Amino acid sequence: MDQPVRLRVNGHEYRLLVPVHRTLLEVLREDLGLVGTKHGCELGECGVCTVLVDGRPMLSCLLLAVDAEGHEVTTIEGLSPVGELHPLQRAFAEIGALQCGYCTPAMILTAKALLEEVPAPTEEQIRDALSGVFCRCTGYLKIIEAVQAASRQLSAGAAASELR
Amino acid sequence: MAVVKEREEVLEVVGQRLPRVDGWAKVMGRAQYVDDLSLPGMLFGKLARSTQAHARIREVRVQRALELPGVVAVITGKDLPIRYGVFPVGQDETALAVDKVRYVGEPVAAVAAVDPYTAEEAARLIEVDYEPLPARMSLEEALAHPEPRIHDYGPFGNVHRQASLEFGDVERGFAEADYVREDLFYYEGSTHAPMEPHSALAWWDPGAKKLTLWTSHQGPHYLHKGLAKALQLEEHQVRVIVPAVGGGFGGKLDIFHHEVCAAKLSMLTGRPVKITLTREEVFYAHRGRHPELLRIRTGVTQDGRITAMHVEAYLDGGAYCSFGPATLLYAGTQQPVSYRIPHYRFQGVRVFTNKPPCGPKRGHGTPQVRCALEVHLDKLAEDLGLDPVELRLRNLTGPNEITVNWLEITSNGLRECIEKVVEASGWSRRRGRLPYGRGIGFAASAYLTGAGGSIYFSDMPHSEVHLRVDRTGVVTVYTLATEIGQGSATAIATIVAEVLGLKPQDISLVTSDTDLTPIDLGSYSSRVTLMVGNAAYDAACRVRDLLLEAVAERLQIPRHRLICRNRRIYDEENPEVGASFAQAASWAEAKFGCLATSGSYRPPEKLGTYKGSGVGPSPTYTFSACVAEVRCDPETGEVKVERVWVAHDIGRALNPILAEGQVEGSVHMAVGEALLEEQAFRKHLHRGPSLLDYKIPTVHEMPEVITLFVNTEDPRAPFSAKEVGQGPLLCVVPAILNAIADALKIRVDEVPVTPEKILKALEERRKGRPARVGPTKVPSFSFPAPERVARPPQWELEAKPA
Amino acid sequence: MLRLPGFQLHRPATLQEATQLLADLGPEAVPVAGGTDLYPKMKRRQILPKHLVSLRRIPELHGFRGDPQAGLVIGAGCTLAEIAAHPMVRVGYPGLAQAVAVCSNPLLHQMGTLGGNLCLDTRCSYYDQTDLWREALGWCMKAPGKADPAQVPCRVAPGGGRCWAVFSSDGAPILIALGARVRLVGSTGERIVPLEELYRDDGIHYLNKAHDELVAEVLLPPANGVRSTYRKVRRRGSLDFAALGVAVALRLGADGVVQRCRIVLGGVASRPLVLEEAAGLLVGQRVEPQVLERVAEAVYRAVHPMDNVDFTVYYRRRIAPVQVRRALEALAA
Repeated sequence: MDQPVRLRVNGHEYRLLVPVHRTLLEVLREDLGLVGTKHGCELGECGVCTVLVDGRPMLSCLLLAVDAEGHEVTTIEGLSPVGELHPLQRAFAEIGALQCGYCTPAMILTAKALLEEVPAPTEEQIRDALSGVFCRCTGYLKIIEAVQAASRQLSAGAAASELR
Repeated sequence: MAVVKEREEVLEVVGQRLPRVDGWAKVMGRAQYVDDLSLPGMLFGKLARSTQAHARIREVRVQRALELPGVVAVITGKDLPIRYGVFPVGQDETALAVDKVRYVGEPVAAVAAVDPYTAEEAARLIEVDYEPLPARMSLEEALAHPEPRIHDYGPFGNVHRQASLEFGDVERGFAEADYVREDLFYYEGSTHAPMEPHSALAWWDPGAKKLTLWTSHQGPHYLHKGLAKALQLEEHQVRVIVPAVGGGFGGKLDIFHHEVCAAKLSMLTGRPVKITLTREEVFYAHRGRHPELLRIRTGVTQDGRITAMHVEAYLDGGAYCSFGPATLLYAGTQQPVSYRIPHYRFQGVRVFTNKPPCGPKRGHGTPQVRCALEVHLDKLAEDLGLDPVELRLRNLTGPNEITVNWLEITSNGLRECIEKVVEASGWSRRRGRLPYGRGIGFAASAYLTGAGGSIYFSDMPHSEVHLRVDRTGVVTVYTLATEIGQGSATAIATIVAEVLGLKPQDISLVTSDTDLTPIDLGSYSSRVTLMVGNAAYDAACRVRDLLLEAVAERLQIPRHRLICRNRRIYDEENPEVGASFAQAASWAEAKFGCLATSGSYRPPEKLGTYKGSGVGPSPTYTFSACVAEVRCDPETGEVKVERVWVAHDIGRALNPILAEGQVEGSVHMAVGEALLEEQAFRKHLHRGPSLLDYKIPTVHEMPEVITLFVNTEDPRAPFSAKEVGQGPLLCVVPAILNAIADALKIRVDEVPVTPEKILKALEERRKGRPARVGPTKVPSFSFPAPERVARPPQWELEAKPA
Repeated sequence: MLRLPGFQLHRPATLQEATQLLADLGPEAVPVAGGTDLYPKMKRRQILPKHLVSLRRIPELHGFRGDPQAGLVIGAGCTLAEIAAHPMVRVGYPGLAQAVAVCSNPLLHQMGTLGGNLCLDTRCSYYDQTDLWREALGWCMKAPGKADPAQVPCRVAPGGGRCWAVFSSDGAPILIALGARVRLVGSTGERIVPLEELYRDDGIHYLNKAHDELVAEVLLPPANGVRSTYRKVRRRGSLDFAALGVAVALRLGADGVVQRCRIVLGGVASRPLVLEEAAGLLVGQRVEPQVLERVAEAVYRAVHPMDNVDFTVYYRRRIAPVQVRRALEALAA
């Protein structure tokens, strides 16, 4: 049963005809070419397919594409304007919060949602928020450090813009 | 061979905390992994897998699958009958089972279809008529029932390989001992679980008669050879390309069914074919840690000096050879690298069982014995009334010595590693003095920096690098070395940048393409930094010589006064006199023509000449020491690893950020193996081939890690940079176990140490029995009489080398 | 990649429409809300519904009404994240907030709903596997696959004539302990029942409701000084299902005497296990060591887990009394 659907992804509207049993993950990767969203189990266990739906982290492997209609989807490709890096992206790269890079998009998006909600999270809050995404390389510690660094940078930026 | 740069104080990029060169692409989601790739006209492949653990195949019926609309091709074992294997002595696999299946999940047929849905459905329609055979699911069962054999090769029954070696005279050594202790230990199997499932995309060009395979792999060279054999192609007809890899840990090093099948399906259909494994299939592909039963007997003098050691290892190899012959021998090699053992016997056996094949996983073959040994030494220390650290200190190897099993140690910072973790953790004031339920434990370990022997015999280099520079200032390094997340690209770029006075991001890397890049044997045995690093260093020095000569001539400056730094080549005495790197390159191109150099690396000749001496030698070794602190709940048996101190003799860290990342990742994997992970089976089935049931640690289980690097000078390593990817895992597992023993005064001699086992041990104690859970016997098995190997001369000259 | 099998998707806008669809389409239709339990099961071919009736667009299922003084009503379509974060839940029914917070992981909280959690399919290590794995097993009673349903036994206890799959919801035990009721809406009417009556001791038919009935909302009684807590035993700090869930709600008098108490376990049977005897031992007593000792013994006698989820039977049985005692101590403190 194919269904017409309008998806808003990274600020763009896509008009598609998709079978209802197609997941958002499959549509992002295979129909829209947004392969920055990864997959590691397709069963909602590993977390590496996380995208933001209306700013909240969700598993794209368990979300029907047709159910994403009417929501704003953000993938790693849409996290920051072209030519710029989000402070989280910069911190991950500079602090070494990634190795193979496969969980990195999910980690960064999950951390983004956390920092929107809790701008200065404690380590425990960071651990809680990230506990849905597996990383097999880093041992998570540098990821936690990078989220803390980005949080500091974002609040410094916010303070600076308030001064202006 | 590389030498340490003369003026170390001027190192500019080596040792700096710089971002990794592939980091920017990865944070933007732009790194391309195999499943991200697609080609015009691409088909999707899927493997149909065995539902039997051990059975003869009577018939594979493919008709219903072929009739499904959208199916383009179906192949079975008959289409790919050639046996292959990564080891010359282990050519025992076919891409699809031919006459027999040997584990649940073994591929029996493969389909290619126009979309993944159809491929998946078609695989379900493959029907196989089996004649079941008894399945042997443990090494005890496999040894107890020699018939029917799982394979028709190997010395007898289900024995795949045996090893039996003796260095010196072990009986004499035990006779000289004041005290002898024997322990048994069981190390459960575990799997790599990289976050990226394996994926391969094959394209056969019928015009050029050439196969290109993009694959998520860590050893494209061995795969290249294996593919050619399995597909009956000339090697030059095969091109293997490895794009970004989402983690390997040893799990992407073999020749995998889906790779051969994707290639064959492409050859048959004339269209590109991609096969990406599901997570369940990754558990069947496996090649992970061998389950291993160990018996260790050690003799010591009253003052705690080892006089003799006898290690017996029983390896459950699963259904095929894989890297098994090396795994078996590795079990015996590393004990004498960390401790002086005057008389040493190693006996091991690898057994076939009806489970997915075991192979190399981070620390290949050594973590099991290391864990057993370090727990054993802790108990030995207790028996002798010695501090466990002190017992180790009395038996350490030193730099520049040859071990009893003929391994050559160059630099050795083990003593300093131990001193550092002991100091940082407050060991002396805390050990045995923490409240009940809290404890700290210690362990030490050694590992190689690159296997000294290649998997197939050859006298050719192990690593080769091409380097080109042109008038624009572009520097491109070509090597088959494969970035799997461990940071090899950054390591190579750092070395070349250091030599040429550039920054790592200035270096363009072309890697992992067997048509474009010269050979490297692969990302295994922690060999890339040292071997490719040395080759890259040589190539960079050669091109630097050309640049310096050209600049010297143009600017009329004595060559020895020129240095490369800050993207310039200039007169050290008049720094403003010089040229930009690109200017220097154009002068050199004008003088010499096209600028291209090469570098090669081959490891030193091994010293041992005994059978099996090819496994264990390494250009240099790393050493690690760990103190782990745990909090245990005596009522629930739950264990929380709170803090881990790891000191690692790395020689020198090329990039401390990346090096720390390797240590932290090792701790993650060690915590998993110590407490959580089991590639375990019930009946003939994997207990839970999923990331829900297979328990890799989440962020909540990850302890604080204090990484302490010990620097040593090593003339064999580029800028003294030794490995860090595997060694630091080894000591962490036993340190955790020893900490649990300290916390609860019980011994769980079996990993993973689960809450169940802890409660059981506590109950044993309550009942007045020894507070221990673990193996109590080894299978009845007679090892062949050991091959007696004469010890290196200095061992014969004195009781112990100075 | 693992793919979902095909199905027809129905997206009703009202409860009435949804229940009518379920009634009309019959057993081949399955309701879905967050999909976090159903979609993995469909990908593993454990369940192959022809029709899915999506509950995502039904406003009646969303939102909170009332308050802890009068009693709080939670729409079944509220996500676990919404419930865990809701101030009235956190203040009035802390045990519920705890239970929801430790359910699975934070990503699934954003998607999973309360209704879905209460109707969570029972779990079993022989059942929650792909069709390849289950075929290699020879299938099982709960999902007979290619086997003859009349012939295939339960793999946990083959002679028992029933399915022993385990109910692992974190929400249900604590809500039962708190005395919650559920409003069930069907195509022909609705009813309100105590939550515990929703469950049956059978791994296959584990819900006491008609096919067309949906859990519409959960009605919590006034908090009225009731203290509550939830403890979960699982291998890791995230993702894992409860190998044992302990929910306790109790009210203490000013003198520290227990006035009422409910103890409910999850993860040890095909339905939430209400421990009447153990709870009864506490009423009229202070939470003191000798009472706790007797409670622990009663818990141990009542718990008989099967070997079909994580942790050994030995362990889960041993640990239940410890966790109940700890929950009681925490509440009495």
